Amino acid sequence: MNDKILIHVEGLQKEFAGGEVKALQNIDADIHSGEVVVVIGPSGSGKSTFLRCLNLLEVPTAGSIYFNHVDITDKSVDINLHRRKMGMVFQHFNLFPHMTILGNMTLAPMKLLGKSKEEAEKKAMELLTRVGLADRAGAYPSQLSGGQKQRIAIVRALCMEPEVMLFDEPTSALDPEMVGEVLEVMKELAHEGMTMVVVTHEMGFAREVGDRVIFMADGMIVEEGTPEEIFSAPKQPRTKEFLAKVL
Amino acid sequence: MAEALQSLWTELAADFHTCFIEKNRWKYLTSGLGNTLLITFFALLMGVVIGVVIAIVRSTYAKNYKEMKPGFGKKCLAVANWFGGVYLTVIRGTPVVVQLMIIYYCIFVSSNNGVLIGAVSFGINSGAYVAEIFRSGIMSIDNGQFEAGRSLGFNYVQTLRYIVLPQAFKNVLPSLANEFIVLLKETSVAGYVAVRDLTKGGDIIRGATYQTFMPLLAVAAIYLAMVMFFTHLVNILERRLRAGER
Repeated sequence: MNDKILIHVEGLQKEFAGGEVKALQNIDADIHSGEVVVVIGPSGSGKSTFLRCLNLLEVPTAGSIYFNHVDITDKSVDINLHRRKMGMVFQHFNLFPHMTILGNMTLAPMKLLGKSKEEAEKKAMELLTRVGLADRAGAYPSQLSGGQKQRIAIVRALCMEPEVMLFDEPTSALDPEMVGEVLEVMKELAHEGMTMVVVTHEMGFAREVGDRVIFMADGMIVEEGTPEEIFSAPKQPRTKEFLAKVL
Repeated sequence: MAEALQSLWTELAADFHTCFIEKNRWKYLTSGLGNTLLITFFALLMGVVIGVVIAIVRSTYAKNYKEMKPGFGKKCLAVANWFGGVYLTVIRGTPVVVQLMIIYYCIFVSSNNGVLIGAVSFGINSGAYVAEIFRSGIMSIDNGQFEAGRSLGFNYVQTLRYIVLPQAFKNVLPSLANEFIVLLKETSVAGYVAVRDLTKGGDIIRGATYQTFMPLLAVAAIYLAMVMFFTHLVNILERRLRAGER
């Protein structure tokens, strides 16, 4: 990990239903380059909303988000250019069902980065080989298991060569026996130095792979620190209460 | 008994000869069929173009309007959505024959090109129905597909083009095929404005020969054959599009 701040969040607020629901209240956070930040918290705590604000899938009500020192909440900024460098993995995979695996992975590099078909497919096949799914390149998403789908979703995002990967509960929709294979890919990615922000309920993963853990509740960051600090010696009662339930 | 059958047969053969062979009257049917297909084809093309545009406007408005940043684009969308709504209400709220006559007698006053006017009229009419078909198709696509597209860096239009519309098209293909078949049969009212389509062709033979049964049955049979043929084509297309996905 180095000290370069990749994402800087300042005073982030998000309201739904015209202000009735305050999903995020005054969030400040920094994501350093090469760091794995794991966001945990009870459901409804705003952790997914926080993650989705980072690439503006949710438009913040107030506050700023700096990505590479550019305020991406600024209206004059073309968010599409920045999203290319922010890969995202969803709970429900969201693979494109009308395309083959290879088609899923080469669409964005070809249309957005101007790569040739050969170039894009070469890169895609490399990544597929790494996650052990090269033989499924011609298959359609519906022919894959959940774990395979999510591994494809991860490498689809990697095809854009992002600077940061956002994971929104990547294992929550999986059968238990498939959770391991997806976490394994994420672990590898972390070891290669990818900057990652991971919203998850997998405490084992948070403890083992996370450089920093953020605990959120009621739309606020209650506590943050190293995995040891959070899991072994939580300071806030809210954190203790949550960890007592899930550990 | 045999004699009665024999004379019935002779009579039918004579009628057939009068209706279709004499003075080459079958040409009324073939040229009429040609016009019917021309009108249907161009009306379908126009209807799909109008329908897709309006469906995109209306579904975009329904999905995104509230969250859009205020500005010129948002105002344009509101205006376009309003026009789309008026168009749908007016077209679906009035009979196609009346629309056809208004366009023929009030708008294209100086034109005698009945086929063109037919194609435009039915195109405008069909567009309203196609728009609703495509709108439901777009709305049926999971929001996660939009999000996945946007998260890769595609803008809204690219996401629609590469990710959402191909899936929506597949989903609405049966309804679209149905609309095409309805359209094909609906063009039979084109005779109202002196277009010599298939139905009008049969009617001209009826008027010339005082035979009712034979020409009208022939017209009906041709429509039926076409509908069955196109239904078959659509089924093949549908199977092709679904291939691999299961």
